[in-house]
This record gives sequence, structure tokens and C-alpha cells, in this order.
Amino acid sequence: MAEKIPVTVLTGYLGAGKTTLLNRILSEPHGKKFAVIVNEFGEIGIDNDLVVGADEEIFEMNNGCICCTVRGDLIRIIEGLMKRKGRFDAIIVETTGLADPAPVAQTFFVDADVQEAARLDAVVTVADAKWLSERLKDAPEAKNQVAFADVILLNKTDLVSPDELREVEARIRAINPYAKLHRTVKCAVPLDAVLGRNAFDLDRILEIEPDFLETEDDDHHDHHHHGDGHDHHDHDHHHDHHHHDHDHHDHHHHEHKHGLKHYHDEDMQSVALSLEGDVDPEKFLPWLNDYIQKEGPSILRSKGILAFKNEPKRFVFQGVHMMLDGDVQREWRPDEKRTSRVVFIGKHLKEDEIRQGFLACAA
Amino acid sequence: MDDAATSLTERVRPIAAGAHVTTAAFLGPAVVFALGDGTALRLDGDREERIALHPEGAILVAAQAGKRLVTGGDDGRIVALAADGTHEQIFLDKGKWIDALAARDDGALAWSCGKQVFAREPHGGLKNFAAASSVRGLAFAPKGYRLAIAHYNGATLWFPNASAPAELLEWKGAHLDATFSPDGRFLVTSMQENALHGWRLSDRRDMRMSGYPAKTRSFSWSFDGHWLATSGAEACIIWPFKDKDGPMKKQPRECGVRRAKVSRVACHPKALVVAVGYEDGWILLCRMTDGAEILVRRTEAETQAAITALTWDEAGRRLLFGTSEGDAGLLDMPG
Repeated sequence: MAEKIPVTVLTGYLGAGKTTLLNRILSEPHGKKFAVIVNEFGEIGIDNDLVVGADEEIFEMNNGCICCTVRGDLIRIIEGLMKRKGRFDAIIVETTGLADPAPVAQTFFVDADVQEAARLDAVVTVADAKWLSERLKDAPEAKNQVAFADVILLNKTDLVSPDELREVEARIRAINPYAKLHRTVKCAVPLDAVLGRNAFDLDRILEIEPDFLETEDDDHHDHHHHGDGHDHHDHDHHHDHHHHDHDHHDHHHHEHKHGLKHYHDEDMQSVALSLEGDVDPEKFLPWLNDYIQKEGPSILRSKGILAFKNEPKRFVFQGVHMMLDGDVQREWRPDEKRTSRVVFIGKHLKEDEIRQGFLACAA
Repeated sequence: MDDAATSLTERVRPIAAGAHVTTAAFLGPAVVFALGDGTALRLDGDREERIALHPEGAILVAAQAGKRLVTGGDDGRIVALAADGTHEQIFLDKGKWIDALAARDDGALAWSCGKQVFAREPHGGLKNFAAASSVRGLAFAPKGYRLAIAHYNGATLWFPNASAPAELLEWKGAHLDATFSPDGRFLVTSMQENALHGWRLSDRRDMRMSGYPAKTRSFSWSFDGHWLATSGAEACIIWPFKDKDGPMKKQPRECGVRRAKVSRVACHPKALVVAVGYEDGWILLCRMTDGAEILVRRTEAETQAAITALTWDEAGRRLLFGTSEGDAGLLDMPG
């Protein structure tokens, strides 16, 4: 069958610059054709042949799972778009400023027809450097969008001082240390920073390490964090992340020594745990399923790389709320330490409980 | 049907439609395919003609309205195509998609864009109704000028020419396609949740028809109205509707069991036979009474696109089909 169409989801609070990023993506000379799905009441002025107005209809799936919501309109639109296959290479979904990204992402887990035709590439969140800190206080939607993101564009950095910038970055990191963060002015980023990320592809889960260093900074920002011995710049420029993993594996020692302020967000946190050595799948899988079933509504994203006892291959999983996708991946390399890691990003996560549960899964 | 024959593959004339086949139809002496590239392919004897019904658009939905094939596109257009290839635009709402379309033999039409539903009488009188959520399916009742509208959390019954308010039939979940039983006693919808829902209209009694591994996106009533053949499983699932309780507390029949999901079904217009199209491009004819099968089309690994259109002619002598990748064909029944 034909290759699945990649779908990039653009989120961001009102006025952060989603449409700017969208138009930038569309106007670059990449030779690609996009189908763009925008909110029908949203901003206008999108220069593209194929623009579809969506109404962001959230459907609760009638399957007894309360947080299992999907975008009904997206299912319908993707079904329609597939009738004109070959006339576009990728889909971009721009959500409204107040949208929760979860139903969009869950649509790709729940609907078999969507799954067959398309794949979620990444959730890209545009954040306003000047106003995000405020919005994180008063707008739960903004916090959700940051927590959910695979890529964050911290935009309008020309409007803030270096101190303000560090402040807002620290606030973002308190919620989501795992997203790729880019400082931008007018959403100027290389396209490969936002497209072709494969963030939901199990085969591409190679590491779960916090991303503390911005990569494609604008020139007029001073680079406070560059002198501290981390060579992360290759990361974003390599398309083939396997190389990255080979070359830099031992260089990752994130110990929060980056001159970053350290915040704790009261509502939204990430919990990352690791366990040296093997995990018993007979214990781990039931624990994970139970935990996700119980706490699913408050878990926005989850990810893990596990070394299962007597299993030469890595087991990887990733999830959105109660939906999980997991499989064995490549083999552990001889030079690789069999370490099991899990990460959860969510609201009011009970870290102690998660830690106890996870550590009890040791083989 | 000839029981001795186990394959009719030699009697299929292959046709290169060239794009996703949304609907296939017999129009007088011609056969027509409504396509995902916005065109219609019209074959009349040896003559082949491509007609741009929706320039720059895609045909999302199409339905036969008597002697014309009516198409709805992602360009917001409704176009009616006649047997001779002439066509006229009936409606245009620029920037909108035509999501659902229903047609009746007398030429009456109904379509929807988002929440807006339009009903058009054969002579052009247009009425409008706003549903509570986006509309996915439309069906005309067999009698009276009445429409069923499938949407999120139920279906609505609307008389476009009556002042009476529309009636809401509630059932939680997202309803997709809609169909009335030919005797008008039952309304059936397919659902996002891999199930069918039915209402007995006399007393609004609910019927759940579940157990499908995938969504049902195609259903077809047997000529006598006693059976509803459905897609969505690795067999054609056939629900009994003859008795006054319809399929309540009854098991469906299965025919054409294969290791591939059924994507389209079309009941023969004169016999208890159903044409079953699969996601891998195969087509079988199955007799509902005993499950006997005849092969119409088989595919090899490289050409396994889903059957997306499947239509009998009025006499049941010819079967027209098309796939998601633009392959098509015409079966001429023997004898």
C-alpha cells in the first residue's frame, strides 16, 4: 500500500504565531504540496491550494472511556482527502488557540481508517515569549499545549529581554522538558525542525532525555547555554537519528546545570524514572495498563524504553491519555546499557506512587 | 445463477478509471464512474469520455437520481450528469465540502455541508435545515418527502415541506450513514463505534447490531426488503428484517467469509444474491440462502486496492465496480 500521509498538528495560544508558522511552512521552496486543515472561524490569509475549514467537533467515543475523545470532523476530512490522493504530500492541522491537542492526537489512535491513511508526525506548539508566562497562570489550554508538544517554538523572542526569555523557558521546561525547543522570531525555523519529526513513530523512540538546549537560536540572542560542554547541535540537523544515538550517547549528562532557572509547575509536571537492568514484562505491562486506566485522564503523554528480561530487543511504548502503543523495537547493542526508562507528562502526577509501581517491576 | 460456474472472472471487462472511484452507475446505455479527481468517466459502447464535473475538485459523494447521476464535491458544488454526458450545476457553496448526498428516483435530492442540510424537490424547490452537529449521512424515506439525517448522538427525521418540527432519535455516539428499510418500518445507521444502530419507527425501539471489527460503510437491502447486507467484517453480515421485530434477538447470517474485510456490498435487484467487494479488491457473488459463492474478481499482491463502488444494473445482468486506486470493471452475467 501507499505510504501514510504525515500529519503535523500546530497548536498555540491565541496570537502566538501559528498562522505565521503555517504560512512560512507553505511558502518555503520545498516543492511539497500540503493539505491544510484550519478552524473555519479562524484567521484568514492562508496561501495554499488546498485549505479545508474544520469545525473542531469533539466526539466522545461511546466505549466507556471518558477521556477517549476524537475530532469527528478530522475523521471525515481525512476520509475525503484520501479520495484525492496524490494531490498533496502532507497534512497540516491548525487548531484554535483554545484547543486541547489530545482529541486530535487520539483520533490517530482510535480511528482505524485514519490510521491506515495517515500518521501523526508531531504536535508543534507555538508559544509567545512575551505572554506565555502569564498564560500559563490563567489559561489551562496554554499549559496543555506546552505539555503536549513534541516541538515548541518560543516565538517573538525579539520582544523580550534575555532575563524574561530565561524565565519563560524555565517555565516551559518545568512542564515539558522533553519537547524540542526553538527560540524564534516570526517563527523562523528550518522546516525540518517542525516537519518530518516522526515523534509518534515507535521506531524513532531512541532516547528519552530532556532537551535543555535550544538549537536554532536567532543570531541576535546571546547563547548562554553553549559553553557548558554539551554538543547538541548535531541533533537537529541530522535526519537520521540513529547516528545521533551512536555518536552522542555518552555525552548526555543532563544535570540541570545550564544556568536555567528551575521552576516547579503546580499543575503540570513530568515524571521520569529509570531502572538499571531488566524489567519483568509480566509485572510491568499490567502495572502500566492499570496505571494508564486509572490515571489516564491526567496523563497527557507517556513514553518508555524498556529492557525486558530475556528479550534481546528494546520494548518501546508511547501514549496519549489512556491510549497506548507499544512494541519491541531494535536490539540492544552490546555497548548499550540495558536501562529501562519511562516518562509521564501530566496533571498532578503522583510521583511517589509511580516510582514505587515502576521500581517494583524490576526483574 | 448457474451453480456449475465457480468463476466469472473471464466475463469481467477491465476499465482504467484512473482515480479513486467514489460511485459507479448505469445511466441508460452508458456506464459512469464518479471519481476522486473531480471527473466522471463515461463509457457508451466503445466510446469513452472524461467529463470535468468538479474542476480542481474531488467528487466526495454521488448518488443516482432517476436518469441522472448527481455528484457532490469538495468544491462545494452539486452537479447532475445525464446519460448523454451533458451536465448542469445545481448548487454551489464555495469553500464548503458536500459531505453527504441522497437522491430519489423522481429526482428529489438532499445534501449536507457541515451542519447544513438541503432538500431539493424534483422541480427545484429548496428547503434548508440546520442539524445540531455535522451531518454524515442522509436517506430519503421510501414514502413521503421525508429525510433521515445521521449525526453525532443520533439521527433526525425531517419533513422538508411540513411545518412540524424535526424529530430527534437519540443514541449516543457518532452516526455515519443512514438507510430506511424499503417498507419504511426501520431506520438503520452505521456508527463510528463499529456497530449499526436501528430504530423501529412505530415505537422508537432501539436496536443494536454490533460485533464488527471495523466501521460499516456500505449497506444494501435485498430486493424483497427482508435482509440488510453490510460491510465492516471479514464476511458480508446479513441482518434479518422480515419479522415485525426486525433483527432484535436474532443472529445475522454471514456469507463470503474471507481473510479480508468487506468494503462494499450490493444486493442483486431480483434474486437473493449479494455482490461482496473486499478491501483487497476481490469480489464474490454470494447466495444468501445457502452461502454459495462465485468469484468475480481476484487480485494479486500488487493491485490490492479496496473496492469502493459496486452497483447492479436494473435487470441484474451487469455489475459495475471500482477501487480506491482507480481500477474498475464491468461484469456481464452469463446466459
